[in-house]
Amino acid sequence: MAEGAKEPVGVGTTDPEEDSPNMIVYRKIEDIVTRIQDENAGGVSIRTVKSFLSKIPSVVSGADIVQWLMKNLSVEDPAEAIHLGSLVAAHGYIFPISDHVLMLKDDGTLYRFQSPYFWPSNCWEPENTDYAIYLCKRTMQNKARLELADYEAENLARLQRAFARKWEFIFMQAEAQVKIDRKKDKAERKILDSQERAFWDVHRPVPGCVNTTEMDIRKCRRERNPHRVKKSVYGVPDDGQSQPSPVHISSQPTKKTTKEDVQKEINFLNSQLDRHCMKVSKVADSLMSYTEQFMEYDPFVSATEPSNPWISDDMSFWDLEASRDPSQQRVKKWGFSLEEALKDPAGRDQFLKFLESEFSSENLRFWLAVQDLKRRPLQDVSSRAQEIWQEFLAEGAPSPINLDSHSYERTSQNIKDPGRYSYEDAQEHIFKLMKSDSYARFLRSNIYQDLLLARKKGKSLTGKRLTGLMQSS
Amino acid sequence: MRSPLTPEMATQEVQLNETLAHLKTESETLKTKLEEERAKLHDVELHQVAEKVEGLGQFVMKTRRTLKGHGNKVLCMDWCKDKRRIVSSSQDGKVIVWDAFTTNKEHAVTMPCTWVMACAYAPSGCAVACGGLDNKCSVYPLSLDKNENLAAKKKSVAMHTNYLSACSFTNSDMQILTSSGDGTCALWDVESGQLLQSFHGHAADVLCLDLAPSETGNTFVSGGCDKKANVWDMRSGQCIQSFETHESDINSVRYYPSGDAFASGSDDATCRLYDLRADREVAIYSKESIIFGVSSVDFSLSGRLLFGGYNDYTINVWDVLKGTRVSILFGHENRVSTLRVSPDGTAFCTGSWDHTLRIWA
Repeated sequence: MAEGAKEPVGVGTTDPEEDSPNMIVYRKIEDIVTRIQDENAGGVSIRTVKSFLSKIPSVVSGADIVQWLMKNLSVEDPAEAIHLGSLVAAHGYIFPISDHVLMLKDDGTLYRFQSPYFWPSNCWEPENTDYAIYLCKRTMQNKARLELADYEAENLARLQRAFARKWEFIFMQAEAQVKIDRKKDKAERKILDSQERAFWDVHRPVPGCVNTTEMDIRKCRRERNPHRVKKSVYGVPDDGQSQPSPVHISSQPTKKTTKEDVQKEINFLNSQLDRHCMKVSKVADSLMSYTEQFMEYDPFVSATEPSNPWISDDMSFWDLEASRDPSQQRVKKWGFSLEEALKDPAGRDQFLKFLESEFSSENLRFWLAVQDLKRRPLQDVSSRAQEIWQEFLAEGAPSPINLDSHSYERTSQNIKDPGRYSYEDAQEHIFKLMKSDSYARFLRSNIYQDLLLARKKGKSLTGKRLTGLMQSS
Repeated sequence: MRSPLTPEMATQEVQLNETLAHLKTESETLKTKLEEERAKLHDVELHQVAEKVEGLGQFVMKTRRTLKGHGNKVLCMDWCKDKRRIVSSSQDGKVIVWDAFTTNKEHAVTMPCTWVMACAYAPSGCAVACGGLDNKCSVYPLSLDKNENLAAKKKSVAMHTNYLSACSFTNSDMQILTSSGDGTCALWDVESGQLLQSFHGHAADVLCLDLAPSETGNTFVSGGCDKKANVWDMRSGQCIQSFETHESDINSVRYYPSGDAFASGSDDATCRLYDLRADREVAIYSKESIIFGVSSVDFSLSGRLLFGGYNDYTINVWDVLKGTRVSILFGHENRVSTLRVSPDGTAFCTGSWDHTLRIWA
């Protein structure tokens, strides 16, 4: 093992990638483990435990760690503390002294803290040559506690095949490491050996365990060491035959801020200053009343009637929604706003039906046609826009809509170069018209009121009839 | 090696730098002024106003279905409008369409690249879109004939100069909105593959986007590695509002159901709520014990609950109004990478690096 086990490598140097996503988490974990170890500031007591014929230096129990987490991070549920502690372990910051599996147990299991030298924030990406040296030197040590686990033996066999030609070199490196290790104090060696093992448990995890060194490829390019200059755990010089890095996305050249960029920013800020904004108190009231109105429709908050299909495996709830007869509750929603009514196809149909009965359906039909226009493929847009003009706005149109002269002017200009958004102004105007006029009348109409109340009558009657039929058969 | 400057060029360069510095100062002054103006309207906190709202009871949310079949990390998923089918994409290059209710796989496509980071279901239910490291967004029509090779009918729609991070159909099968590692978003016509509008303004990778829920709305919000969430006008391509309070990448953005606000999830381990009318962050959802980043967020139907999928393998459920966490859900064995609530709000689906998807209700 390289010298200076307790000296962090790279920490303290100026690091432009300090705010990369992985580093943010590492720093938070490091803050936690530093605090846990600080016995003067409410940390756990790290002690030597006597066991059979030997002493186990520098350990702490899992239960103590869980207690500390609960107390110092305001965690009420032990399960949550255990989960967080297990993640701290999985990332290699604490480890069980007698197991390769990095998780935290809420009992007397003994744990040790990882040396800052091996912290993930040092951006280790150890090569297989290093791993081979490590496994090789383990076989040279004649201690039961250092015997290879099955998966390690398999790994070693695989590495021996892969590095067949340079095995002599690896063997020599391993021997050199053993020599260095022998010079150390016995107690110190126990600690260092376990820390080294824990390091490899992170970078070459037990099969089936999560490899916490895996990265989100979208965040890779901003990691420290973008050129992947790898340092060896055992000081082995890079012979240029190192493993290729995981796919590395080509970095965008960092754009220098230009005058135009800043000018654009200034224009944007000025436009924001002109914006009329609402007070937070008003906005809060609005959010609250919206949520309150819809909570009865929210399956996570209010139990659905019939039952939630995902919970009961019964699809009646969906069958009902799809049926031609909308439920009372659903009809009630149409009354919340014109938007809600139009969002629901059944609501749209009923509103259209009402307008047709009044011979004033052209507004809604225009609105629907413009919606449809926006959904067309590009090549259809021009012709469809013309059709809409002919149907609703041209002189002598079969379904003339009532636009104010200003919107009419704007729209007829737009139509000269017809596009998806040619009717935006007109559509907005017509929507406001419907909202203030025909929508209100719709809600008072028989068509709507019947639906809002009809379900009640219909349901109980049908229910009684059906039961009667069943009983008599 | 720079060529030697003439005295005139040197003066010009100094002048240019002065103008740039001058502009930067002006920009900073405006930012401060804007913050002052907005702060005047920040008269109360949302959670204070929400004290009078009745608290939510205990929640029993469990995994109701587990979908197994992907060979590597699940990166993205989307619901079909029929409320039971979903499409998911994975690092192994596979895109799978499932009937989540029965857990049956209905279609599978193998993409030519690994890391398919984005996928979306078409509103009609007849097609899916996906893309990732190939820098493209492709549309696959779903055939009723199970034997038909879906890859044969593939349509290449969007082309970016870096990875595709997210995609979404607009209100029809005919347009797709994309975001990319190249720092831009773009709107495309599916049939012709033509670029209809591009959106420039982010200073780094754009990681996520969400369309405003309004029937007539023409806006969407995007989040990026520049820690900004931007609201865009689809017609003009202009950024109409911008929010920068997160301390790291914004991995997910989702509109509040009324469209007046949106939530974001970030690598800084917080979720935040931004209101468009106040032009301000109005809530922050965080806990001392939550230190891993948020990968994805979504609201329950009424907007009362915010679900967050985290890199610590859990889902945290937040009371949007009161700002408190109401539940923590365990189950996944690796990062939760994607989370969406179903169209009728009866369940939400999560996808994870543990190769599985789970349906929760």
